[in-house]
Amino acid sequence: MEVTTTALKRCDLIKIKGRIDSETASAFSDAIKKVLDQGRYHIVLDFSDVDFISSAGLRVLIATQKTCRRFNRGETVLSNLKPKILSSLDLAGFTSLFKIYNDNVAAIGSF
Amino acid sequence: MIFPGRYSSLEKIAEFVTKEARESHFSENDVCCIETAVDEACSNIIEHAYKGENIGDIECTVKLIPNGITIALKDNGRPFNIKNFKPPNLKTPLRNRKTHGLGLYFIKQMMDKVDLSNDGSTNILLLTKYRETNPDAKNTQEQCIR
Repeated sequence: MEVTTTALKRCDLIKIKGRIDSETASAFSDAIKKVLDQGRYHIVLDFSDVDFISSAGLRVLIATQKTCRRFNRGETVLSNLKPKILSSLDLAGFTSLFKIYNDNVAAIGSF
Repeated sequence: MIFPGRYSSLEKIAEFVTKEARESHFSENDVCCIETAVDEACSNIIEHAYKGENIGDIECTVKLIPNGITIALKDNGRPFNIKNFKPPNLKTPLRNRKTHGLGLYFIKQMMDKVDLSNDGSTNILLLTKYRETNPDAKNTQEQCIR
């Protein structure tokens, strides 16, 4: 799994490539933590190259959203979800917890 | 096939079972379900049965049946009980949403049949996915792949 972070004016764009499973979830979490530790709480997670996400990855999503939304200081939004990824999020009841966009332009523009 | 009980095995296990499922002409949706369930089950074996990585192995067997597929996962870790499992409340507000418990929920949602047993030293988890909604089909011609 690869994670690329781009700091933009109003948010941070984090692009993930590969599988998010029990092996890679900690690296995924660490990449997000680097952004949060800078006091930046507006995050776009680009899933365009994510082939698989397990509950380990979903735990990272939940923890991230909780941190971002604390004190209403920010939010995490998701973009470019493949159908199987969206299906997993929906099954876990996550689609009500995240704004989901079809492309990065819309996701970034939401901030 | 036997895989080392560590998280780096998860992708190889996924490749093994999804290859068999695709070659048996399961729909892509079914392949995704099988991949997810097997990943969650193997993660649980490492975390809960073995209590850590590189403690033991995971034996994965794929059995093709005319109307479906059964994946058997065997480990020599601690036995565990799934009978008292309570599904997570998916409508809990974010601030109260728990971060654990989704793995077993996914397994039960993704597969048509989940059986866990222990023969004294080995946990045996059987995950079955049917092609059609006819789990009582009695055609017993089977292929076993290791």
